[in-house]
Amino acid sequence: MTRECAALLPGVCAALADPRQPGLDDTCLEKLLDWFRSLTWFDPTAELVQDNPCLTELISSVLALPEPSPSILSFTLQLAGILASSENRFQHLQQEQLLGRLFGPAGPQGSAVWEEASVRSGWVKGVHSMVLHLPALHFLCSEGGMDVIFALQGDPSLFVASAASQLLVHVLTFSVESETSKPLSTKDCDWPACAQRIIKHIEASLQSSSASHVEPSLKLLTSLFGSCYAAWTEVLWLNIAKQIESFLVAETFQAQHLLGNLLLNMARSPVFSDTEGSFWALVTSALEHLTPVQAGPLAAGLLRLCKCPQDVRIQALTVLLQPMDCILRAASQPLEYAGLLDESVSDPVTVESLLSSKTSCTGLLCQTLAHLEKLLSLKHLRVDLPCVPLLHSLMTILQFCNGFLSPASPLGSTISRNLINCFRVQKSALDVLAALAEKKGCDTVIRSLFDVLLPYLESPNTSPTVLKKAFQATSKWLVRLQELSCSNSQCQQTEKILEDVFLVLQKRLCSPCWEVRDSSLEFLAAVIKGLRDQDEFRQFLLSSEVPRLAENLLEDPESYVRASAVTAVGHLAFITYFAPESPVMGNLCNKENTVAKLQEILSTDSEGFPRRAVITIFTKWLREGCTGQLEDTQQFVSAVIQTVEHDLDWEVRLGGLEMVEVFCSKTIHQLGLSECPYAPVSSAVTSPTPQNLLQVFCRAKLFGFLFRSLCDCDKPVGQRACDILIGLRGRFYPVSTLENPQEIEDSPAGHSIAWLQRTLRQGSLAQNFPTDGSNGVDFQDPESMMLALGAIDLLELHDELNKSSDHMEKSPQSLLQDILATAGTIEENEVDCY
Amino acid sequence: FQYCLSGHPTLPCNVLKFKSTTIMLDCGLDMTSTLNFLPLPLVQSPRLSKLPGWVLKDGSTFLDKELKECSGHVFVDSVPEFCLPETELLDLSTVDVILISNYHCMMALPYITEYTGFTGTVYATEPTVQIGRLLMEELVNSIERVPKAQSASMWKNKEVQRLLPAPLKDAVEVSMWRKCYTMPEVNAALSKIQLVGYSQKIELFGAVQVTPLSSGYALGSSNWIIQSHYEKVSYVSGSSLLTTHPQPMDQAALKNSDVLILTGLTQIPTANPDGMVGEFCSNLAMTVRNGGNVLVPCYPSGVIYDLLECLYQYIDSAGLSNVPFYFISPVANSSLEFSQIFAEWLCHNKQTKVYLPEPPFPHAELIQTNKLKHYPSIHGDFSNDFKQPCVVFTGHPSLRFGDVVHFMELWGKSSLNTVIFTEPDFSYLDALAPYQPLAMKCVYCPIDTRLNFIQVSKLLKEVQPLHVVCPEQYTQPPPTQSHRTDLMVDCQPPAMSYRRAEVLTLPYKRRYEKIEIMPDLADSLVPLEIKPGISLATVSAVLHTKDNKHVLQLPPKPPQPPASKKRKRVSDEVPECKSLKPLLSGSIPVDQFVQTLEKHGFSDVKVEDTAKGHIVLLQEAETLIQLEEDSTHIICDNDEPLRVKLRDLVLKFLQKF
Repeated sequence: MTRECAALLPGVCAALADPRQPGLDDTCLEKLLDWFRSLTWFDPTAELVQDNPCLTELISSVLALPEPSPSILSFTLQLAGILASSENRFQHLQQEQLLGRLFGPAGPQGSAVWEEASVRSGWVKGVHSMVLHLPALHFLCSEGGMDVIFALQGDPSLFVASAASQLLVHVLTFSVESETSKPLSTKDCDWPACAQRIIKHIEASLQSSSASHVEPSLKLLTSLFGSCYAAWTEVLWLNIAKQIESFLVAETFQAQHLLGNLLLNMARSPVFSDTEGSFWALVTSALEHLTPVQAGPLAAGLLRLCKCPQDVRIQALTVLLQPMDCILRAASQPLEYAGLLDESVSDPVTVESLLSSKTSCTGLLCQTLAHLEKLLSLKHLRVDLPCVPLLHSLMTILQFCNGFLSPASPLGSTISRNLINCFRVQKSALDVLAALAEKKGCDTVIRSLFDVLLPYLESPNTSPTVLKKAFQATSKWLVRLQELSCSNSQCQQTEKILEDVFLVLQKRLCSPCWEVRDSSLEFLAAVIKGLRDQDEFRQFLLSSEVPRLAENLLEDPESYVRASAVTAVGHLAFITYFAPESPVMGNLCNKENTVAKLQEILSTDSEGFPRRAVITIFTKWLREGCTGQLEDTQQFVSAVIQTVEHDLDWEVRLGGLEMVEVFCSKTIHQLGLSECPYAPVSSAVTSPTPQNLLQVFCRAKLFGFLFRSLCDCDKPVGQRACDILIGLRGRFYPVSTLENPQEIEDSPAGHSIAWLQRTLRQGSLAQNFPTDGSNGVDFQDPESMMLALGAIDLLELHDELNKSSDHMEKSPQSLLQDILATAGTIEENEVDCY
Repeated sequence: FQYCLSGHPTLPCNVLKFKSTTIMLDCGLDMTSTLNFLPLPLVQSPRLSKLPGWVLKDGSTFLDKELKECSGHVFVDSVPEFCLPETELLDLSTVDVILISNYHCMMALPYITEYTGFTGTVYATEPTVQIGRLLMEELVNSIERVPKAQSASMWKNKEVQRLLPAPLKDAVEVSMWRKCYTMPEVNAALSKIQLVGYSQKIELFGAVQVTPLSSGYALGSSNWIIQSHYEKVSYVSGSSLLTTHPQPMDQAALKNSDVLILTGLTQIPTANPDGMVGEFCSNLAMTVRNGGNVLVPCYPSGVIYDLLECLYQYIDSAGLSNVPFYFISPVANSSLEFSQIFAEWLCHNKQTKVYLPEPPFPHAELIQTNKLKHYPSIHGDFSNDFKQPCVVFTGHPSLRFGDVVHFMELWGKSSLNTVIFTEPDFSYLDALAPYQPLAMKCVYCPIDTRLNFIQVSKLLKEVQPLHVVCPEQYTQPPPTQSHRTDLMVDCQPPAMSYRRAEVLTLPYKRRYEKIEIMPDLADSLVPLEIKPGISLATVSAVLHTKDNKHVLQLPPKPPQPPASKKRKRVSDEVPECKSLKPLLSGSIPVDQFVQTLEKHGFSDVKVEDTAKGHIVLLQEAETLIQLEEDSTHIICDNDEPLRVKLRDLVLKFLQKF
């Protein structure tokens, strides 16, 4: 603790203990506790409490208050816990006879203020901080603390209940790990006393017939097995396994939903996953007996595990696929499809009944689909997903949802009725559909898939959010479709699909609903990205109205749409203007017009999104080498930089810096220099001098932008500019920088660069770069810039910029001052009253 | 009772006999019959006049003057005719009042008021009447300005009709089809209308009170509450819960109905109006961008206001500001202007604009800036101003008459042009049939803002009527989508359905009638508490009934006893206050009664159970005592003392007051 803080602390403690204080800002108190935590963390001595008696005084004066405010009492409990976290300070507080009055029977439990959840929560947190050594543990056990914690497990406040449960896990773990020396067995006598109490409590409550007793213990076990992977957890488990097992089959048991989580946490623990037999048998049984809604998260979790028997994995997958299978069967004529599953894990009637009611049907399907989407995104799924039937099932769901499928069974009719116009299910199903496009093996059904997707794109009834998803799925599958080798008839089908897609895209681009125009443009950009090398696609695109419509939307009244139009038109340019054989574009605008239009947006658009989109697309063009020869590119970059430099949106300025970075590395590459300054220079190439490079950069007016950005009011911009400059310096000063001030001063531009050096040193803090002239600094003069790069301590600047902006305000001293200032206002007000 | 005179669920015509009144609910005119006729071109159409006559299979040609063939369809070449509501089911001259719910549902009014001997009153809101008049005027105008010499009737002969191809063969009640009415008939019919405002209570003969409520569908559109003191019938017709221009629907007042008659739901339950408006705009923009023209066949009022409002917001963003919009109808001007003056009938947003003051609808601005121009017909100014590409709104949506016929002929040959159907009343394929082959693009985006089935089920849950009555079409899924069981009215108990020409007994029972007691009579009553909370009093009074109101009055005072003790004449006897016999109440417990009889010496008592009570037999005395719920009879032969004795025993068990 600094001396300044130590001086402020007594005043703060007095203010906190003052009952006339209005409730201090909770975040202030939290910060104060954080500070004490950091002070005590590595310091087991009692110095803190000895040197600052005001701390114990604060505790005793709060305890002496007849009606302490809940927030101050809660704070005091937590503070005492933190202070008591080392044995020395614990003893000190015990001598002061404080701990018993806080955490013992004489504590706040019996008082009216205990009704406040914040006080109970403070008590639990305090105990949690304190129990880090055996005396505290023994104190807790001997002073009746355990019973309080047990009671708090069922607290009406979920935060308190959860904290109590975490505390028990902590106490149990701590007790077992610090009080035993030899490995534990199932016999009672081997457990330390405190652990034994907790275990007895768990066992007893699991025997109870009331869910309100069973649930807290299940939660406790869940978090214990989730956080502690010690061997003794298995000993504990063996005592209760039978009971848990019985819960799975008990029909009247109310807390089945908790079992999935418990088993999943156990499956993640090496203690259980390495065992063979009984544990996995229990998991299998759970997959069978829990309802599909309860078993879903368990199944999805199991499928992500590395260590899981393959048969359990298959069973978990079966559980997840069951609703999909049921849908498929309900919709199709017998024998039309084989279904998804050969056999089901649990009773299919349960799934059927869930699908028969509207709420549970949408709930179950959305949950299942969300799990499937996540699984599909995994790189290594250790089971084979039956992609084709899954795709069939998804298509069925989607057709149920828009009423296009007339079901063949009574169950199908019910499901269809439940799903018609259900946007949630539509969206989830389309997500999975999009994810499935990445998987191989669905090629046989790909064409019929478009029969399902196209009506979604075409129907005016499709809601904008669903349409967006439908577009996303379509773009992925279109890419997939083009990858397939084409037989003649298939080619015709593909052409038909493309034709339909462009027809509907054309219409959607004219929609009065901006969300629709926006997602149509996003779709356009996505398909161009994926398919711009495909001749067929290019032909369809260019012969349609789409390019013209997209260019029109650059003037859309909605800024999001303009932004998407910029991206789409930017991608379109790869096909139209930048393609090796640029096609004849009829009435479409020419390249110059488009670039000019985008530049106009960059300089004049009133909203940030379109401007950001322009700078992003320009950078993309640059990266892909579409901006012409070095000369043209240099001019282009220079023009863009000058526009961007004064943009009000920091993301645009940041985009500008990214462009500069790309330009630099491109130019270096283009001039035949290696990206790495230390690489051996190949003697065959006549390597251009760094001076050439510097000239190019100066002509492009990079340096003015970069140096000014160092003082940008938005830090990410300054940081990025600094990074780029450091990179450049590495190229021009591979070995050392100019450290001799004399060397700087002696050079012709020395004076102005020294000024720049000074300005930046202040500027990065003051965050303003003089706008009126730059005191003779010529940012386009290669020599000056060479000097500047060498002279300015960019690394120091970098460190300065990396300090968080509130590093001044965050210091404990300022926190203490804040608290005192708040307290001070009270006194002033009092004076006012008089 | 309900007499169902129309088979068209959105153009209803029902007659309700309720209490002693006969109330007609709407008189919609089914104009789909006109689809069987050839269009009436404003300008001589060589194509139409050259259509070949229809020849029967056996080669006979006697119908070739009346029927023409076009692309495989057969059309009647005559003035279009309409299918009237059923007029034979009951004597329509007995109808006391007609309640109109919206301007689309009054198009048959002249046929009813001018041809059936109707002498009653028609009730409707002001916008309904004014816009209804415009619709009728446009209809009459469109048909009258293309006089057709020929009137075909031969094909209607039942024997002949059988030989015709569908759909003429299956057309119903063709003998009932009538030509359009005339303007004088329209004026006469409209003169019988009495204007009403929302929530205004209208007494019908004292027996029934009717009240119009906002239905949210169109300017001035209403649902009706028809109620007596103890029964309430709600008539829901053409309602909308969407936020468009009219005042929102008043749902609360529909609560506690005994019967809710549900008509006028959306005709396109699978099409969501928002999506359709989007579709409309997109197709319009695409066509115009490609240099094509857009034709929108529509009514001169209603959805067109909303479409113009959407376009107002859309055209600038879609870069269509320079495209002219034309609205052509004999009533175009009146319609656009009327819409601006019915402020009190508009939704809240539009009402507040009036106070700014701004015109509630933005089409005023479109007109001011010359983006929207309106003309009474294609003749005159329009032909001078006409610029292409353009967008034309004009009637009639059936494509059989009105200026739309001209544009169909003019633009039909080019695939650049598009006709966009927004009115849901006519099948667009049928409407287009006489124009085939057609190169013009056709887009069907029916915009029907009326209730869909999801909204209906919410509404019914909300207002909870005891019974729902609706057209049979609403009780089953649409014929083309039999799996869509979500597209039907789903309620408990299941809705009662009706079809054309059916008479339905509505499932409410009249159980009570309200009677007023005059204060002086009430004063004279002496209630006697027979159970806690229940008191009874006997009343002697004169029941006075006039205009279906019942009043109990004090009986006239008996004439002063004449000085002479001359006997009164029988005819003078009034229900005078002679000493009243006490009234009896209670029931007779048979077992105790038998015991009592036995106590009093009747030894041979036998009891038989009957359907209504018991018979106590005294065999020796040959006497019967019938004990029933509301009467007791003692039947004995000429033994008056015995009868009196038995009577007294019976009376012991009863309370007197």
